[in-house]
Amino acid sequence: MSVATRRPLNVRFLATSFLVLWLIMAAFPFLWTLWGSFKVEGDFFSKADWANSLFGTLTRVETGGAFTGDGYYGAWIQEEFWRAALNTVIVCFFVVTISLTCGTLAGYALSRSTYRYAFWLLLFALIFRAMPPITLVSGYLLPFFEWNLWGHLSTTIIVLVAINQPFTLWMLHSFFKNIPKDLDESAMVDGCTRFQAFRHVIIPVMWPGVITTGLFSFLLAFNDFATTTMLLSKENHTMIPKIFSFLGTTQTKGNVMFAVAAVVSVTAPLFVMILFFQRQIVSGLTAGAVKG
Amino acid sequence: MKHKTFFWFVFPSVLLMILFIALPLVSVVTQSLYSKHEQVIVEVENCGPFGCTKATTVDQEATAALEEAEPLGKWAGLDIYKDRNHLAISEVGQAWINSDGLPDFGRTLMNLPFYKALGFTITYTAIVTPLTIILGFFIAIAVNSVARAMRGPTIFFSLLPMIVTPLVGSLIIFWMVDARGILGTGLQWLASDPSLSVKASTPLMWAMLMFYGVWHSAPFAFIVYYAGLQTVNQDTLEAAMIDGASRWERIRYVVVPHLAPLTTFIALIQLMDNFRVFEPIISFSAAAHATSLSYAIFNDLGGETRLLSSAAATSVLTIIFVAMLLSPVLVRTWRDFGTQK
Repeated sequence: MSVATRRPLNVRFLATSFLVLWLIMAAFPFLWTLWGSFKVEGDFFSKADWANSLFGTLTRVETGGAFTGDGYYGAWIQEEFWRAALNTVIVCFFVVTISLTCGTLAGYALSRSTYRYAFWLLLFALIFRAMPPITLVSGYLLPFFEWNLWGHLSTTIIVLVAINQPFTLWMLHSFFKNIPKDLDESAMVDGCTRFQAFRHVIIPVMWPGVITTGLFSFLLAFNDFATTTMLLSKENHTMIPKIFSFLGTTQTKGNVMFAVAAVVSVTAPLFVMILFFQRQIVSGLTAGAVKG
Repeated sequence: MKHKTFFWFVFPSVLLMILFIALPLVSVVTQSLYSKHEQVIVEVENCGPFGCTKATTVDQEATAALEEAEPLGKWAGLDIYKDRNHLAISEVGQAWINSDGLPDFGRTLMNLPFYKALGFTITYTAIVTPLTIILGFFIAIAVNSVARAMRGPTIFFSLLPMIVTPLVGSLIIFWMVDARGILGTGLQWLASDPSLSVKASTPLMWAMLMFYGVWHSAPFAFIVYYAGLQTVNQDTLEAAMIDGASRWERIRYVVVPHLAPLTTFIALIQLMDNFRVFEPIISFSAAAHATSLSYAIFNDLGGETRLLSSAAATSVLTIIFVAMLLSPVLVRTWRDFGTQK
C-alpha cells in the first residue's frame, strides 16, 4: 500500500474497534451457549449471580464436576434426538441431489436460450421465490391428507426440492452464463447433440457453481422449520422441529438444557461447513449481485 | 437452443414448480372460499318417568359423512375474508365511526388479529431493512481498512449469525436476554430495575425482534458490499484524492455511487426475507406482543383444530401484499427486458 493511501492512525483505530465490537456481537452468543450447554440449568439461567454460569458453581454442587454432559445425554439418548438427526441427514442428502440434478439441467437451458419464454420462466421463479413458504403449506395440507401423503419423509423431500427450485434456477443460471457459449457450441459443430455437449463439455467445468448452489440447497433443507413441522409426522421429525417440540414439553419439566444441547448440536455442523466452504458461500452470496 | 431440447432440459424443474408451487396456490385460493362444515346437530327426546326432556347432541356419524362427501367444506364466498380474524370489514367500519381521532382508531385496529400481524410485519420490514443495509455497509468499510490478516477470521465469524438456522439463532439470543440470562441481567443493571423483563414488555419485545433481524441479516449486506468494494476503481479514488477530497468525501462521492446497484439488490432480497419474519416470533414466544402474517398462518394450521380455510385466506392476503411489494421490481425487470430486444 502506498504512503498516500495509508490510513491515518485514528481512522484505523476507529475501524478496528468497530469491527471488534461487531465480532463480539456475532460470535459471543454462540460461544456463550456452547459453554453453558455443559452446565446445569441453575447455572445456565442463573438467578443469583451471572458469574455462576462462567464457573459452574451449581454444576459442581449437583454433579461433582465443573462440566456435565447431562443435557446432551438427555437430548440425544433419552429424547431420541439421534433419530431426528438421522432424518435430517436423509432429507438433506436427497434434497441436495434432486434439486441439483433438476436445477443444473434447467439452469443450463435457461442460460443458453434466447427466446422470450426463458425470461418468463425466470420471472415466475422470482415471484415464487418471494412468496413465504408457509403460505404454500396451507395449500398442501388438505390434498396430502386426502391422498395419504402426509407425514412421510419422501413427501417433504419433494416439497423442499420444489420450494428450493426457484432459487437454484437463478443461481445456476448466473453461473452457467459465465461459462463461455463457444465451449458447447464448438462441441456441437464437431457433431455432438445438445445433451452430449452438456454431458462431455459443460459438466466437467461446472463444479464450482454446482458446489456453491449445493451448499445453499443444503442450508435451506437443514434450516427449514415451517414446512418440516407442518408436513412431517412426529416420529419423522427432523432436528429443527424436534427442538421446537422440546420447547413445548420440556420447559415445563425444567429440562430446558435438552434444548440447549440440541441447539449446540445443530450449530456444530454449520460451523464446520463455514470453516471448509467459506470461499464458496461468499461467492454464492455475491453471484446474483455482481451483475447488478 | 431449439424449442424441443429446451423443453426437455427444463421439464423436471418446471414440473416440480407447477405441481408443488403453482397448483398449491390454486388450492390455497380455493380453500379460502370454503368454510368448515358445521356439526350436524340432532334433537333427541328422552322420555322417562318424570316427563320428557329435549337434548341436542352432535351427530358424529352424519358430520363425518358430510366431511367425507365434501372435504373442502361448504361454499363461503368471500365471507372468510370479511370476518373478524381477517379484514374485519364491519369491525373496522364500526371503529372508524366510533373512535375519536386517528390514534384511537389505530389502537382499535391493532386489537384485530390480522391488522396486528400486518402492522408488525410492515414495521419490522420497514425498520430492519434499512438498518441491515447501513450496518452491513459500515462493517464492509471497516473490514476493508484493517490489516489483510484480519479479514479472513472476520468474514468467518460474521457469517455465523446468518448461516445458523433462524430458529436456533433466535433461541440463543432469547436465552441470553431472559431475565436470568447474561444480557437480561445486564439490561436490569443498566436500567437499575430488577423486575425488568423483555418477555413482559411489548416495546422491548419489538426492539428485541428487530435487533435479532438486523443481527441475522447484516452479514449478507456486508458480504455483498465487501465484494463490491474490491471492484472500486482505484484510479477514480486517486483522482478524487488529488482533487482534495477528504476521506469521507471519497466514500460519499466515489464509493457509495459505485455500490448503488448492489444496494438495490440487497434491498430486494431483504424486503422479501423480512416480510416473511416468522421463526424469531416462535423462539421468543412473542405471540402475545407481536405476531406476523407468517405466524398467523402457522398458528391457524397448527394445533388440534387446523383452521385450513382461515389459514388459506391469510395466505392469499399475504401473497397479495408480497406482490404489491415486488411490483416495482417486476415492472422494472420487464422494462429492461423490453429495451434489450
